[in-house]
This record gives sequence, C-alpha cells and structure tokens, in this order.
Amino acid sequence: MKLVDEFRDPELIRGLAARIVRRATRHWTVMEVCGGQTHSIVENGLDEVIAERITLLHGPGCPVCVTPLETLDRARRIALETGAIVCSFGDMLRVPGSRGDLLGARAYGGDVRVVYAPLDAVRLAARTPERPVVFLAVGFETTAPAVAVAARFALQQQLENFHLLVSHVRVPPALEAIASAPDAHVDAFLAAGHVCTIMGTAEYEPIAARFGIPIVATGFEPVDILEGIAMAVEQLETGAAKVEIQYARAVRPAGNPIARAMLAEVFEIADRPWRGIGVVPRGGLVLRPPYDVMDAARAFPWLEDETSTEPQQCRAGEVLRGALRPPSCPEYGRRCTPDHPLGAPMVSSEGACAAYFHYRATSLAP
Amino acid sequence: MTTKLDVQGLANPSCPAPTETDRITLSHGAGAGATSRLFETILWPQFRNDTLGVRHDGAVFPAGPAGERLAFSTDTFVVHPIEFPGGDIGSLAVHGTLNDLAMCGAEPLGLSCALILEEGLPLATLERIVASMAQAAAAAGVAIVTGDTKVVERGKGDGIYVNTAGVGRVPDGRVVHPGRVRAGDAILVSGPLGDHGAAVLSVREGIEFDADIASDSAWLGGLVEHLFNAVPELHCLRDPTRGGLGAVLHEIGGAAQLAIEIDESALPVREPVRVICELLGLDPLFLASEGRCVAFVPERDAERALAALRSHALGAHAARIGTVQPGPPRVVVRTRAGTRRLLLLPAGDPLPRIC
Repeated sequence: MKLVDEFRDPELIRGLAARIVRRATRHWTVMEVCGGQTHSIVENGLDEVIAERITLLHGPGCPVCVTPLETLDRARRIALETGAIVCSFGDMLRVPGSRGDLLGARAYGGDVRVVYAPLDAVRLAARTPERPVVFLAVGFETTAPAVAVAARFALQQQLENFHLLVSHVRVPPALEAIASAPDAHVDAFLAAGHVCTIMGTAEYEPIAARFGIPIVATGFEPVDILEGIAMAVEQLETGAAKVEIQYARAVRPAGNPIARAMLAEVFEIADRPWRGIGVVPRGGLVLRPPYDVMDAARAFPWLEDETSTEPQQCRAGEVLRGALRPPSCPEYGRRCTPDHPLGAPMVSSEGACAAYFHYRATSLAP
Repeated sequence: MTTKLDVQGLANPSCPAPTETDRITLSHGAGAGATSRLFETILWPQFRNDTLGVRHDGAVFPAGPAGERLAFSTDTFVVHPIEFPGGDIGSLAVHGTLNDLAMCGAEPLGLSCALILEEGLPLATLERIVASMAQAAAAAGVAIVTGDTKVVERGKGDGIYVNTAGVGRVPDGRVVHPGRVRAGDAILVSGPLGDHGAAVLSVREGIEFDADIASDSAWLGGLVEHLFNAVPELHCLRDPTRGGLGAVLHEIGGAAQLAIEIDESALPVREPVRVICELLGLDPLFLASEGRCVAFVPERDAERALAALRSHALGAHAARIGTVQPGPPRVVVRTRAGTRRLLLLPAGDPLPRIC
C-alpha cells in the first residue's frame, strides 16, 4: 500500500533504531504526545528496539481518554432520558462513565449510534426532524474542523434539532502543563503530526523556547516515529531546543489555513477539564456565537446539574502525563483490563494502557 | 501566559469503575471475549456435556453399531444488509452450516432451513434469497430437507433472519478437533483474510465506499476433501467467521492449552481490505471470512498440505502463517520489526477509531 508500506519497512526500522542508539551518548526520555503514535510504538515494539538509550513516555493525546467523566454521563442521560439520538465516533461509545458506557445504554433503550463523520449526524438530524440529534464532539484540532463543517451545514439548514456536546481539546496547553508539572521529566516531545497538519507548528515555538525542550512534529508509521526520535536525539545531543517537522509530507509550518479559519469561525478557546489531569487553562474549544445555539447545554439545561465524581481506583492522570507507565500501575492487567476497564486509557485503542495490554511484549515473559 | 495544572486534579488522578451490564449488549454477539464469557457463564453450566465440551464448530457423535459417526451443526444468520457484494443472507446461511460440517471432516447429508420473516418484507426479496439458498445447496450436492417459517410483526425483525442446521457423515478414521492440535503443528490459511467482513462493511449505511471487494462466501467441502486426501493426518480445521482469524486462534489455543505464534508478514490480506482497515482503524485479523479455513497439520505434512490447498481453486492464495508452540495458551504475533506482541481479543465488535 503506497505511503504505508515504505514507512513500515523492516530494514529502515532496524537502521533507524541502530542510528538512534549510536547517536545517543546518554539516556533520554522522549514523550510521544498522540495516542495514535503510542499505538504504533507498542504494536511494533519500537520502544524495545531503542530501549538501550531511550525511554518513551506516552502522552495525553488520546481524546477519548481525556474526555471528562461528566461529559460521558451527560451524554448517557440524554440518550436514556430525552428520546434524543446520541451519536459519536465508535471508540467514544465504549468509554466507561460513572454508570456504564454509551453503547451499553442501548440495552436500556437509549438510541446511541456510531457515525463515521460529523456530517453524518447532520444528515441524520435532517432525516429525523421530530427527534433531537446530539453529536458528542470529541478530539483534538484534527477532528474539530470536521465538526466545524457540520455545525456550519446545520446552521445553514436551520436544523433546530441538531445539537453538539462539545469536548474538543487543544494540544499545546497540555504540553505546557506536562512540561511544567513537578513529577514529569521529559527531555523531548514528539508532537502529533496530524494536529500540526491543521494547526501548523508556530504554537509550539514558545513552549520549546520556554522549557528548553526539542519538539518534533512526527507522523504515525514506525519509520516516522523512529525518524522523529532520531531528530529529537540529534537536538538533545547538540544542545538545541527547537521545533522541527519530521512529518513533512503532511505538515506545513502554517498548517492548513482553510481548516484554521473554519475552526476560528465556529469555536473559541476556553479552559477545559481533562479527565485524569484537571482543568487545563485554554485547553479546549467551545462553540462561539452564532453556533452556540446548537450547544447541547442549551437544549438540555439540566445537564449543568449533572456532576460526576471520579472514584479513586484508576491512576489515569499519572499515565496521561507520563508520570506512570501503564505496566507499573498496580491495577494494570489485574483488576483493570480492556474487558473490565477501570479507566479510559484501558478502553480506546489510542489509550496507553490498552495499547500496552494488547501488544505488550514484556508480558510475554513467563 | 502561564499554564498551571489543577492541583486537586493532580493529587487525585482517577477514573471510574464502569458498572457491569446486566443485559445483553451487541458485544455478546461479536464472537470475541464477551461471546465466550456468555457461553462459559450462562450456557455451558446448564448444557454441560462431553460432546459440547469439545468446543468445535459442530458436534460429532456415534450413530450406529459399526462405529459410524454423524456430525451435527447449526448457525443463525442476521447479517445486515441482507444482500452484499459476493453473496446474500441465503447463500451465506447455506455455506456457513455446510462449512461447520466440513470443519468436522464431515460430508453433508442434509440441511434444514428456518426463516424468521418480518412483516413487510417484499416477496421478491424473499424469492431471491431462497433461490440463492437453493443454488448454494445444489452446488454442494446437498438438499434442504426440512424447515420452518415464522413471521414477526413489523419492527420486530430485520427483514429476514435465517437459521440452518446440517447433518453430515464423518468418514472412518477422521478425527479433527482442537484437542488433537500439538506443539509443533504448522498453521495454514486457505486464502486472504477478511474479505467477507470488508464486503459487508463496504455497503453498510454510513460508510458505503467503492472498493473492489466481494465476500469470499463459499462452500469449503471440496477443498477440505482435497486436503484430507493429501494429508489424512490433519489435526484440526476451523473457518474464521465471526471474530476472524484472531478469535479462531484464541479458541483453538485455549482448547488445546497451547501457545500459537503467527508471523505478521505472512498473513494474506488483499490490498483493498488492507486499505479499508487502515482507513477505519480495523485489524483484518478480526474481520470475518466465510469461505476460508485454518488448518493445523503436523510439521512433516506442512508442505504437502500447502501444495494441496494451492492446487484447489478456493485455495490458490493459501499461506503458512505460523506454528503451534508449547506453553500457556496465548497468541503471539511476530511483527515486521522483528519484535513480538500479544494478540488479544477485542472487547466487542471492532469499532472504527476516531483518528
């Protein structure tokens, strides 16, 4: 498959791994920000081939994982109590809230559907004018433009039954939070290539400068990731701390101006609670006028009363900011498995705990 | 601007424990972990018996004083949409049960057909489905000899559900079931994986896409006879339907109490199926095939078995994908990067990923 196979070439992988280990004069800790990267790393055992010199920490870039419990509980209540159709991306529907996941709500009469694109939810609303349709909008700057397009269509068509429960998050504030957290030690970041495809790399310049940390916008295939690590190691070894682009086949420094304009038209930046991490200042997006008319909180004002408290069993927060590696969690693989997740990182295929559980080669030891 | 973390959030990083469901969810039907838990916790304790305990695609039991054996299997089909590239619910229902018999090493004697029809189903659709069943049965040289029809109110079914059951005769000396699998056995597949699953996805509402994919739905009896002729010592056969190859390897490894190691680069997957999986974030290892089989054969017979499969029209792209290993039951994948990873069953139906 073009643009896939060449980035999974075993020879290239081995060559890059050897180059990284040779170039590093000491041990470095690199955090990949995005769950898609985590998935690829653990699926292919990339952390093992460079373990001699590099520790990989898995960042908070799983939008499914950081969606607040409250949002999930609200979506579930909407599905069960209002007769609305609730829809979202597939993996979002299996994340546990306080009283079970959204897919499970179907067994209790909720109309919960998987959609593959936000526009499908708009079409659904147009087809069912008698019923509210709520799209649970999650994701980073990558998925937000598609939601912005959907919001625009819904407004144009004056679909009064289309609502958005928005939980979009932004990457740069999370990186700042991790770099300044007392218990995290990260020497370099691999930024998420697809987020940079939309947003460009300018937002990362002040973070690299302020914390003296190399940031490499990196792709998702094994060769991409190892090349990103090699670029980060080169910076670390030479004392540099700048923003570089590994994922050059998709990322331009200015990003995608059309998508950015769309985001700016529909959303504005706001503080946002991240599940397991806490409120990240400027860490999310909310609808701005006139699009705020489709905010689900307006259609279902009682949502504001829904507060959820997180029980104490899961240490997802520490995992999400790289302070705890999944296998080191006392519940990992014991009380917490993909079939019985204690927290979101064990559910989504982007989640660090699930990625480890599915692929972890160390669990192959007798 | 300075960014600070919420102190309380940092001190109490946590996630909730989900409540276990006390109702049936779609995961219970997905052929993976939840399905086997349903069997182990609800069905097996009540139905427990030696024949069922073999955990094969069908039951094989003695049926005569001279040691004759019959194989018996049933399967219900609820596929949506009911017509898809390469087949429909009718041909699928015939192939599915005939293949279960074939996986027991049995030659089919007769099939039953039970239809659950929803009020409002166009008769023309029913005629097409039934004609397709008759054609599929005739191609396998077997008759549909008994049946039943029920109609449910509109809204209480999905157009048509089909159940088939089949009885077959197991020739003397043939013993194929998971318990015969041994460490060192070679694992072969008869063709590319996941064509059926991808074909059904390609016409499912919301993700229709143009792709050169058709279901692989086919009767495997001829291929299996051909394989038995070449390798009478065949240890086990299984068709990777619901849950795909991944689920089959787990079931067989679990039943045989052995480890299974497969080589990622040896897995045959057609290019359009790979593309769809990449786009939707699915793993072809868990997509259904309806006209492929997985064969476990002694190492010394591996080459002969592979040659036999490849010399049959349905096995032209057969491949050896791995080896059975001693050790605790688990499925290990050797990656292209040369590392090893565990293959676990997905929690439910494969869901497309957000990004």
